[in-house]
Amino acid sequence: MRTNGSNGKPLNVVGKPFRKVDARAKCTGQTRFADDIFLPRMLYCKILRSHLPHALIKNIDLTKALAVPGVFAIITGKDLPIPYGILPVSQDEHALCIDKVRFIGDPVAAVAAIDEDVAFDAMNLIEVEYQPLQTISSIEEGVMIDEPRIHEYGDGGNVHKKVSLEFGDIEEGFADADLIREDIFFYEGNTHLPMEQHAAVAHYDPDQKLTLWSATQTPHYVHRALTKVLEIPASHIRVIATPNGGGFGGKSDPFNHEVVVSKLAMITGRPVKCTLTREEVFYCHRGRHPVLMHVKTGVKHDGAITAMHFKSFLDGGAYGSYGVASTFYTGALQTVTYEVPRYKFEGVRVFTNKPPCGPKRGHGTPQPRYALEVHLDKVAEQLNLDPAEMRKAHLVKPNSVTANYLRIGSMGLGACIDKVVEGSDWKNKFSWNGYAGVSPAVAEARSPAIAGGTPANRKGIGFACSSYICGAGLPIYWNNMPQSGVQLRLDRQGGVCVMCGSIDIGQGSDSILAYIVAEILGIDPFDIRVVTADTDLTPVDLGSYSSRVTLMTGNAAIQAAERARELLTIAVAEKLSLPIENVSFAERRAFDVENPEFGVSFAEAVVLAESKFGTIGTVGSYTPPRSPGKYKGAGVGPSPAYSYSAAVAEVDVDADTGIVTVERIWIAHDIGKSINPVLVMGQVEGSVYMGLGEILMEEMSYRANRNVVHKFPSMLEYKSPTTMEMCDVKTYLIEDPDPNGPFGAKEVGQGPLLPVPPAVANAVYNAVGVRIDEVPITPEKVLKALREKSKGRDGRFGPESIPALEMPEPLRVLTPAEGGDGREMPRVAVHS
Amino acid sequence: MTNQKAHISFTLNGELAEVAFAPHKTLLEVLREDLGLIGTKHGCELGECGTCTVLVDGRSILSCLMLGLDAEGREVTTIEGMAEGGQLHPLQDTFADLGAAQCGYCSPGFLLAAKELIEKSPRPSRDEIREALSGNLCRCTGYIKIYEAVELAAARMRGEVIELPRESLYGLE
Repeated sequence: MRTNGSNGKPLNVVGKPFRKVDARAKCTGQTRFADDIFLPRMLYCKILRSHLPHALIKNIDLTKALAVPGVFAIITGKDLPIPYGILPVSQDEHALCIDKVRFIGDPVAAVAAIDEDVAFDAMNLIEVEYQPLQTISSIEEGVMIDEPRIHEYGDGGNVHKKVSLEFGDIEEGFADADLIREDIFFYEGNTHLPMEQHAAVAHYDPDQKLTLWSATQTPHYVHRALTKVLEIPASHIRVIATPNGGGFGGKSDPFNHEVVVSKLAMITGRPVKCTLTREEVFYCHRGRHPVLMHVKTGVKHDGAITAMHFKSFLDGGAYGSYGVASTFYTGALQTVTYEVPRYKFEGVRVFTNKPPCGPKRGHGTPQPRYALEVHLDKVAEQLNLDPAEMRKAHLVKPNSVTANYLRIGSMGLGACIDKVVEGSDWKNKFSWNGYAGVSPAVAEARSPAIAGGTPANRKGIGFACSSYICGAGLPIYWNNMPQSGVQLRLDRQGGVCVMCGSIDIGQGSDSILAYIVAEILGIDPFDIRVVTADTDLTPVDLGSYSSRVTLMTGNAAIQAAERARELLTIAVAEKLSLPIENVSFAERRAFDVENPEFGVSFAEAVVLAESKFGTIGTVGSYTPPRSPGKYKGAGVGPSPAYSYSAAVAEVDVDADTGIVTVERIWIAHDIGKSINPVLVMGQVEGSVYMGLGEILMEEMSYRANRNVVHKFPSMLEYKSPTTMEMCDVKTYLIEDPDPNGPFGAKEVGQGPLLPVPPAVANAVYNAVGVRIDEVPITPEKVLKALREKSKGRDGRFGPESIPALEMPEPLRVLTPAEGGDGREMPRVAVHS
Repeated sequence: MTNQKAHISFTLNGELAEVAFAPHKTLLEVLREDLGLIGTKHGCELGECGTCTVLVDGRSILSCLMLGLDAEGREVTTIEGMAEGGQLHPLQDTFADLGAAQCGYCSPGFLLAAKELIEKSPRPSRDEIREALSGNLCRCTGYIKIYEAVELAAARMRGEVIELPRESLYGLE
C-alpha cells in the first residue's frame, strides 16, 4: 500500500534545516557544471545564427570556412533533417534551419574546430544567401497577417492555437450578478536569465555509443529528442544532466546546440563542446510569453463570483515549444483560489518572428494571475470591500472539485491571508482612501515642495493571492508509465545509494531524496550517495519542471525506502526474535521499540537482510492520481495538489520621477509540510525576487521596427534586480499537510512568485491612485498615468482593446455542481 | 590564432604558479582552461554579472575583464583558495548552512566579494553588504540568505558565538 511516509512517529530528518548534500561542493566551487567538463582532444563548436528575423535560405557556401586550418567539420540543416520539439503536437524545430529562418538567432550552421577562436573565425566565413520575408512582430500582426505564414501548421494563418472552453452557462452567471466588471491587461515577456549559460558536451565512444552532458532540466526528453533526430537507438545514447546553474524553465526544451554537438561528435569522432554566449542565451529564450488579457467577472455585492470570462492572447515567438500547454495554463488556474461557479476561457497563441517563448517559473500563470488579482482589487474598490477580506470570504473549499474539474486537496490560503494581514498591519495601513487613510491628493498637499523638484514620496500597500500546481498531472507524451522512479541499493557495509532521474537545478532535489530515504531508514542524510539525472544509471524522472520534483520523486523515494525497510525489518525481527511491528529504525540502528537498547546497527541489519534475501535493492515509482476532467483540454491544470500563497507589498512611489521602490513584501506560503524549511525559505525568497524583477523592470523587448531586433541581449541592459533593488521579505510557512504530498509536502519553487506582481501593482494604486495595467511598471508608465490623472482623466496606463478574432464555438462542459461528469457535451448544430 | 604562448608566474592561492597561454586570454580563461581551476565561473564574459569575481592582491576584480598577462607577479585568490585544507572559510560554512548557495553558480563570486568586505569591515551593516555585493547577480536566492550568511560569518569571525536565526531557517511564527 502506498503511504506518504508519515506514520505518526517523530521525524528526525524531515522538517529539519539540514545542509544540502551538495552544499560543500557548491561553496568550494567544486560542483562540475556542463562548461566545466574538459575532455582530451575536445573540439569546440560555434553556431552561426540568422541575422534576419524571417527569410528563406537560398544558399549556404561553406568553402571559405572549411579552408580554415583547425576546422574539423561544419554541418548545416541538411545534415539533421528530422524535426523535433518538446511537445508531440509541435515538432516544428530543426537543429539547424533547412530552408527558412524564423527569428534573429535561429541556428543555420555549426562549426567544430580545434579551439573556440578558430571556430568563431570559420563561422564568420560561412556565406548564407537569404531572401527576406515580411515579419510578424506582435500579437496584433499574428492575428491579422495570414501570409506569409511562419509555420505551415496551426489554427490558420499565423495563429498557432485557439482554445475555447466553457464550464456552465456564463451568461446565466452574469445575469445573476450585482456588478459586472471588465478589464484589459498586458504582461510583457521576460526571460529566465540563469547565471549559467547553456552548455553541452558530446562524446561518441569507440563502441559507437553517444554520451551527452548538458545543462538541461529534462534529460529524459532530451534523450527522446536525440534518438529521434540522430536516428540511433535510445539504448546507444546516454544523457547526463549536469547540475544546472539556474534553470527557471529556460533549460526545459531539447535545444539545437545539444543535437548539434552530438552530431559533430559522431562525425569527428572527438568530444565536442558548445557553450552559448550570453547573447545566444537570450535567443534561446523559451521565457515568459507576452500575454494580452481581457477579463470579465460578475460578482454579488459581497464579492462572490457568479461567472468569469477570461480571454488571453499569447505572443509565442517563432516556435511551438511548450506553447500549447502555456496557452491552456493562461486559463487553467483562475478557478482554484476563489469559488468560480461558471467559467469560460478563450486562448489564442500566435507565431511571431521573435525568440520562442515557453515555460518560465509559473508557466503561463503569472500573467493571468496578475490580471485576475488587479481586476479583483478594482472589483473590491467598486464594492467598497476590503480586498483581503473579500477574497477570504469566497475561498475554494478543500477537498472539492472546481468548475473546470481540478480536484483540490488541502487548501491553506485562508491561513496564508491571515498571516500576511496580521504581519503587515494591513488593517491599519490599507484603505481605499489611500495609505493609512491618507489619500494621494492629501499626501500630495502634505508633501513639502522642495525647490528643484525633489521628489514627493508616497507610500502604498497592496494585496494579492495565488495558487500553483505541484506537478502536472499528465506527462508531456502520452503513456501509462510512472512519472518518477527511484532505485535504492543497500550496501552490506551500511551505505545506501539512491538513484533517480531527477535533476538538481539549485532547488535541492538531490537533497530531498537523501532526506526522505534517511528519514525512513533511520540513517543520516550524509550516509546516502545520491546519483541522479543519468539515463544510463537512473530510472526515469520526467524532469525539473511544473513544480513536480519534491512531490513525485519524494513519493517514489518513500515507496522504495519503505520496501527496503520492510526487508530489513523481516531479517532483523527474525534474528532478534521480535514481532515485525516492534522493529524500528533511527540513529543508524534497528531496534525493539519496547526496549530500544536491544537492536543491531543499520549495517548489521543490511547484512542480515542480504544474508536472507540476497542483494538488497528496491524500487519505487509515482504516478499522479487520475483527474476527474475528461474533456478535450482537461490535461492541463490537474495536479496531485495545489500550493497557495498570499502577499502584501508595501511600496514607495516617487510621484516626480515615477520610480517605484518596493520596501517590503510579506508572504505566506502553504507548503503542506516543509521537507527542509531552510530550502523552502530559499525558494520563497527567490520567487519573491523574480516576481519583483518582473513587475518592476524585466522585459524582453524589441526595437520598434519590422526587424524585430532584441533591444538588449545583455545582462547589463536587460535590467534585473541587484542587491540594491531587492526588497525586504517577511516569510511565513503554513503547514497543512496534503495527503498526496510526501510527508504532506507541496511545491514552493514557483507558486510564491505569483502574488508578487499584482500585490505591487495594487500597492502602486494605493500610493498614487493610478492603475498600471501593464507589466512591468516602469517609471515612464507611472508618470504617464499620473499626468493623465492630473489632467482630470482616468489615471490608467494599459492596453485599450483586444484584437477582433473569430473564436470557435466553445467546447461546453457541465460543471460538477450542474451534475456534469467531466466530459464535454455533444456539439449541437446551430441553425439560424 | 597565435603560435606564441605567453609565460607568466604569479601567486595563486598561496602557491607559486607558472603557466603558458595565448596572450590574448583573460585571467578567467587562463584560470579555467590553462590551470584547470573551474571554480571561477562566467555568466557574460563582458563584466556585467560578477560571476567571475576573484581577488587580486586582496581586491575583488572581474577576471573576465583582466588579461592573464596582467597577473604576472600578483597574488590571486580564487574560490579554490578559500578553504584551508578541509576547513571551510566561515563564509563557506554559513553559505552552506543557510542555503545561500542554491544552484551554486554565482556562489564563488559572491564568496570572494564577501571575503573582501569582511576583511575590510569586520562588522558590516546590511547596507554595506548590499553595496559591496551589488556587482554580483544571483537569480536564485533573492540575496537575502546571502546577506544573512555574511552577517553570521562576520559575527563568527569576530569571535561571537551566534546561533543561526530561527526566522531565517523556519520563517516567522
